[in-house]
Amino acid sequence: MSFLSYLIKGISLGSVYSIIALGYTMVYGIAKMLNFAHGDVIMVGGFVIYTLMSLAGINPLISVLAAIVICTLLGVTIEGIAYRPLRKASSLAVLITAIGVSYFLQNVALLVYGSNPKSFTSVINVPALKLADGKLTITGETLVTIPLCIIIMVILNLFIKKSKVGRSMIAVSEDKDAAVLMGVNVNKTIAITFAIGSALAGVASALMFSTYPNLSSTSGAMPGIKAFVAAVFGGIGSIPGAMIGGVLLGIIQILSSAYISTQLADAIVFLILILVLLIKPTGIMGKKLHEKV
Amino acid sequence: MEMLSVKNLSISFGGLRAVDSFNITIQKGELYGLIGPNGAGKTTVFNLLTGVYKPDSGIIILDGENISGKSPIEINKAGIARTFQNIRLFKNLTVLDNVKTGLHNQYKYTTLAGILRLPSYYRTEKLMTEKAYDILKVFDLDKEAATLSANLPYGKQRKLEIARALATNPKLLLLDEPAAGMNPAETEELMKTITLIREKFGVTILLIEHDMKLVAGICEKIFVLNFGMELANGLPQDVLNNPEVIKAYLGE
Repeated sequence: MSFLSYLIKGISLGSVYSIIALGYTMVYGIAKMLNFAHGDVIMVGGFVIYTLMSLAGINPLISVLAAIVICTLLGVTIEGIAYRPLRKASSLAVLITAIGVSYFLQNVALLVYGSNPKSFTSVINVPALKLADGKLTITGETLVTIPLCIIIMVILNLFIKKSKVGRSMIAVSEDKDAAVLMGVNVNKTIAITFAIGSALAGVASALMFSTYPNLSSTSGAMPGIKAFVAAVFGGIGSIPGAMIGGVLLGIIQILSSAYISTQLADAIVFLILILVLLIKPTGIMGKKLHEKV
Repeated sequence: MEMLSVKNLSISFGGLRAVDSFNITIQKGELYGLIGPNGAGKTTVFNLLTGVYKPDSGIIILDGENISGKSPIEINKAGIARTFQNIRLFKNLTVLDNVKTGLHNQYKYTTLAGILRLPSYYRTEKLMTEKAYDILKVFDLDKEAATLSANLPYGKQRKLEIARALATNPKLLLLDEPAAGMNPAETEELMKTITLIREKFGVTILLIEHDMKLVAGICEKIFVLNFGMELANGLPQDVLNNPEVIKAYLGE
């Protein structure tokens, strides 16, 4: 029974990774860049909820919605100020800028909120579910996280496959120059991609800090890196890949910390990433690259 | 009525004058051919007309509007669409979605309506699908609407590129070697399609082509470019019998 409980905990954590990984994978798939500041947007979302809910006493739902809106605006602003001017620059320049933005956000948070970690109050007020005579407990956070994650995935997939912006995204990801000549607004499409990814970061911040309530200026960085690993693991650029990669990563992390060692859990996660990349360099759902002769 | 009027258009790459004082006037509804030996600057002219390159000098007037120096997306909005020498379809989109992408500049609904599937989403997508089918039917591609464009045979990919360009609702359509790599039967069919779309969509066409039979068969006027400069310009029979043109193509 304890295995089942760990498994559910793993899926729940993995669902959060999936939502974060979507932001990485969509931005990479469409704008061909790695937005390493994505994890820190989650941290900002966490502080927004903390400030509104714990300090100002505003209703949790409104605080979460405000965090989603602020994260969305932040993502679009970062793209507009830091990445858009570098559209024609080398990918290395963009990568370094992304790292710069990441440290900028961390240090602003440090300046505003100080270095003492804040305790985040859960925004989810759902009673835990007790099964099998109380031997298996599923927390309220898990009960909300997993279905929400599935709903987000379904809506996002339908949106990309069957809407104007979705088609523009695929067109931009394949051939920016041809897309612009067909009247597709490339800058707007990339901005919307950042907006969606950052809105999801806002959702992820509410879910993640409700389960792991330790909030500090660096608390977005590690989940960000792990979600990036999940995206690569699943095949970067692929939306179902981000979902599968995220859930697998969550399960691996929880199971290895339960059965092997808590200290080694992260090491095992990254070891598995290395192994996957050695065996299947494009990730689980990644496309095979055929070399044309 | 002048559809396109280009005066003294020039661009250099380093020391090379790729296009040198290019002048052309195309009347509304005309089908103009642009020919010339390899490296003459034909595709560069297309890139200048569509805003991919900014000209060093010169003026481009499209249907009375000065579009010189504008960005590709503004020029597309003003009414120029093109195809590419090497096919550049969106390979991971279906045939239908390729054409619908071309329609994006004419149909609007908000991103939120798309995410939440509001009525405006369904209404607009339905209109776009109907319009896209109308265009695909002209090209006899409607039966392949659900096929991924990468899986189409070569000749049909070429046709789909023209369909996608037409979907952007252009006044002037630029075709860059539409018959490249086609067999004689496919070329024959393409000639009919080009004639048909001109009648049906009332679009003015400028086409680059190497296939002399196609050029002489359908173009009303021909412009010959050599080393970025005008070699001849006028009616097909005059241009193709011009000794300078024959020399440039076949040598002395």
